[in-house]
Formats: sequence, structure tokens, C-alpha cells
Amino acid sequence: MSATTRRPPPGPLEYGRRAWMRLTLLATFVFLYAPIATLVAFSFNDSRRNIVWRGFTLKYYEKAWNNDSLLEAFTNSLTIAFASTLASTVLGTLAAVALWRFRFPFKGPHEAAMALPIVIPEICMGVAMLVFFARIGWPTGLPWPLNLGAITIAHISFSFPFVAVVVRARLASFNRELDEAARDLGASEWQAFRDVLVPWMSPGLVAGALLAFTLSLDDFVITFFTSGPDTVTFPVKVYSMVRFSVTPEVNAASTILIAITLVITSVALWMQGRTAARRADGSGGVTEAGSADG
Amino acid sequence: MEGWRTNRRVFWTFFTPPTAWLVLFFLAPLALVWGFSFGEKRGLVEIAINGTLENYVRALDPLYLRIFAKSFWFAALTTLICLAVGFPVAIAITFAPSRWKPILLLLTILPFWTNLLIRTYALIAVLRTRGYVNFTAEWVWEKTNAALGWVGLGDLQLVGERFEPFQMLYNNTAVVFGLVYVHLPFMVLPLYAALDRLDRSYLEASLDLGAGQIRTFASVVVPLALPGIVSGVIITFIPALGSFLTPDLLGGTDSQMIANVIERQFKSANDWPFGAALSFILMYVTFFALALRAVTSRGRSAMEAA
Repeated sequence: MSATTRRPPPGPLEYGRRAWMRLTLLATFVFLYAPIATLVAFSFNDSRRNIVWRGFTLKYYEKAWNNDSLLEAFTNSLTIAFASTLASTVLGTLAAVALWRFRFPFKGPHEAAMALPIVIPEICMGVAMLVFFARIGWPTGLPWPLNLGAITIAHISFSFPFVAVVVRARLASFNRELDEAARDLGASEWQAFRDVLVPWMSPGLVAGALLAFTLSLDDFVITFFTSGPDTVTFPVKVYSMVRFSVTPEVNAASTILIAITLVITSVALWMQGRTAARRADGSGGVTEAGSADG
Repeated sequence: MEGWRTNRRVFWTFFTPPTAWLVLFFLAPLALVWGFSFGEKRGLVEIAINGTLENYVRALDPLYLRIFAKSFWFAALTTLICLAVGFPVAIAITFAPSRWKPILLLLTILPFWTNLLIRTYALIAVLRTRGYVNFTAEWVWEKTNAALGWVGLGDLQLVGERFEPFQMLYNNTAVVFGLVYVHLPFMVLPLYAALDRLDRSYLEASLDLGAGQIRTFASVVVPLALPGIVSGVIITFIPALGSFLTPDLLGGTDSQMIANVIERQFKSANDWPFGAALSFILMYVTFFALALRAVTSRGRSAMEAA
């Protein structure tokens, strides 16, 4: 028995150590990441041809920044995302609490209807929104930002059910006795909601809001059907640029969007990890979140 | 849980806003499209809903049946490839050392969070005739040619007279490739979830009793992971069937899927009733697949309970 024994060959169940398994895993990740990685890398490439590496440059970011229509689309996207996030978080939370707390007739169909925006094909929802806004005579040509109303409404419709799912998952671990205790101690409905339930839900609220934000920022298909010539969002603009040609400018714009979503996702995952860790501690997350609230 | 009558005021406060929003800005638009699917086009914007089934009959036209068949074929092929690629990946993640697992899972989920349009665009940049794959191929061609010339075989033009770039875009292969690229994580996650729950002593028992790895896989792993497989297949198939962007950007004139036909009815062809009928057919197929999934998972849990 020497200290330099070789590692034993993989056991029958150690599939992770088999060479061909590792190779499959590696090949899959290369397949998934190589296109995005090249796209990001070549946004910094100092060559119009976009193929040969000719040195590092930020000029395409500068170009994208000076492209007024691109910037306008970007502003539109952020405005819509903020408005949609705010409304979907409120609506999603209300729906989650209503479904979690109450029994009511036709609850099953209600839940199914609430899940519909998550499951139906995007194209169906897109055409529904197009038909709807055209039919009810939704005013067009309003001044900014009111002209983004139709897109924002469509985004809220597909985002708030996702928020409801996330918040409801968080509520499932809530100890109802805390709510009863608050009431026994004389809290009103509103006080119990604000000081007990909301602090408990807060990680779910943040995760849901971040999800709503990325969903809105990333959506192309549904927006494509609700946007008009003066209400272009970032993905719709990128789409028209892609149809036209493949240029480093589009790479730069795409890289920015990837970076934004990555940051938001990491924050969401980090928050989730933190709550999971706190729950594992076993101590009341309520008091902690409650004191932060007060 | 309390009944809604115990505290009506609170119930209505929570219940009304989201429900009203859902009805007004989601169910009403869908109902409108459903109504239009039984309508007839009269003039440029006028549509009369007169209960005709003509739009659905027109969807049975061989032209559209072919597109439906093609969409099913693309989605099925995508699902199959995702299953074949996703299974080893899911197994590798399941049996990876525990400190690697979260990282591998994160790497699988991360593409989800990258914009679909951007991922498709990245594929275009890689696969087009002046893209990175062809550039690499041309470089290999040049080197081979030079090497052949150096050993005195240059005159034979063994690798062709000139470099011909591969036409990898704007055809059916490109669409399926793109669909697999986009939907692979959908398959890996449910497979992983099923495999992770699997009791490893069954595998050990099977191997101890003399079954080989392949036999163990076929008669132990696959049956036990079946709910995960069904789930993954349906979760991959549904969005693949309704894809719009991938065939639109990567496909040629010959590789249109249902969603592209629907889009055309609403944008350029301006035949809303027919487009409405097509989009509801797509929706019914989706519901059918979801019902299938619900039934299989229910049957499964009933079996486990028994």
C-alpha cells in the first residue's frame, strides 16, 4: 500500500468517470456554448469580415451605442420590462395568495386557466394579442411611453402566471400558525399580510420579479405580433437586423443583452441559494426578513 | 385553507385583479381568435362570424396537411435526437461527483436564459457559407492542398479544384439542427430528475446478478425512468412543434412549419379566419399532448400507490 497508488478503474456505477461519458458531456457543452462564445468573442474583433481575428476593439459597441434606432428599441424594451415586472409581480402575488389561502368553487378550472399562458404555443398567444388589439381599436400613435401599452399588456399576461407559480412554491413552506399567532395578538388582515406574509414571501417575490423581467426583455414572438413601426423592442430590432445581414454590430448588441440576462439570472439564483441555505439553518427566516423590513 | 365565504372582502381583494386581468387580456383574445376561426372574410378587415367550418376544412388541403406532417416530423426527429443525446448527458450528470453536479446542471440550464433569437443568430453566424465552420473547413482544405502539392500530388486535385463552401443553412437539416440546439435542455432536465430519484441498489442488484451494462440499462434504468422520459419527450415535442423563429431564420422556402403558415395568414396573406383555425388546431394538439402527460403520470402514481 503505497501513497502513490493509482486511482482504481471506474466502478460499475461510476458512469461519470467513464471516458465516453465525459466525452459526450464535453461534446454537448461545446455544442451548446460554442456558437454563443464565438458570437461574443467576435463582437470584440477588429474586422468587418467577422471571421479572422484582427485584434481587440470596442468600436462595434460604440457603433451600436450611436445607432439611434437600436438605442430607442433598447429604451423601449427596458421601459416595457420595468412596467410589466411591476404589474406582473403584484398580480402574480395576489393570484398566488388567493389560490394558496382560499377554497372556492371552480378552483381547478381557475388554476388550469392560469397555467394556460405558460403552456400554449407562443405563436397562438401572439396572434390572439394581434387580433384583440386590432379588434377593440386600441389607440395607436399615442405619445411615448403610452404607445408601448399594448406590448406591456401582452407581456403582463404571459408573465404574471409565472410569478404566481414561483410565489406559490414559496408559500407552500409557510407555517400557517405564524399567521394565526399574528391575528391572536391583534393584527388586522392588512397588518398580518404586510408584517408576516410579505416578509416570508419576499425571496419568492424577488425571484418572480426577476423572472418576469427576463421574460419580458427576451420575448420576441409575442412582441413581434403586437409591435408597430414606432414601437420596436430590442429583440424585434435585432430580428430585422439579422434578416438583413450578419454584422459585428448585431454581435455587440446581442452580447449586451446576454450580459444583462446573465447578471439578472445570477442574482436570482444567488437569492434562491441564500433562502435555501437559510431554510436549512432551521431558524425563522421571518424574523430576519421582518427586521430588514422594519 | 379557508373557504372563500369566511372572509369575503379579503377573498375578493386577492381574487379579482388577477382573474379580471386573465379574463380580459388573455381569455378574451383567445375567445376572439376561436370565434374568428368559424368566420368568413368579407372585405379587407371585415370578418363575419357565421359558424362556418370552411377554415378547418381548408386546413385538410394536401398543401397544409403536408406542412402539418412536416412539422410533426421535424418535432419528432428533434425529440428523438434530443433523447439520444440527452440520455447520456443526464446519466453523466446523475453519476457525477456531488461537487460537480450543481455546476453541470447550471451549465445545462444557462442556455435557457439566453435569448432564443440570439442563440438562433449565433447558429447563423457559425453555419453560413462565410461562417466559422466553413472558414475552418477552407483552412483545412488549403493546408491539405498544400501538403498534397508538397508530396507531388498537387496536379491530381485530390480535394477538388477550388474550395466549395458547405451549404448548411436554409434547408431542413439546418432547421432540425437549430431545434435540437434550442430544445436540448428541455430534455436533459426531466431525465436528470427521474434518474436522480432512481434507487441505485436496483442497478447494483442487476449488475450483481450477471446482467451486463446494456441489459441493465434496457431492463432496469429505462423502465424506472419512464415517467421522466415521457415527460421529457412531451416537454420537448410541444415547443418544437410550435416553433416559429427557428424555421423562419434557418429554414428555406421548403422548410416552413405550422407557425410560419399561421404568421403569414396574419401578416402578409391577411386571412385571419384561416390563420385562427390553424392556430387553434395547433393548440388542440398541444392540449392533447399535455393530457397524455397528465394521464401517464397519474397512471404511474396510482401504480406506485398500489
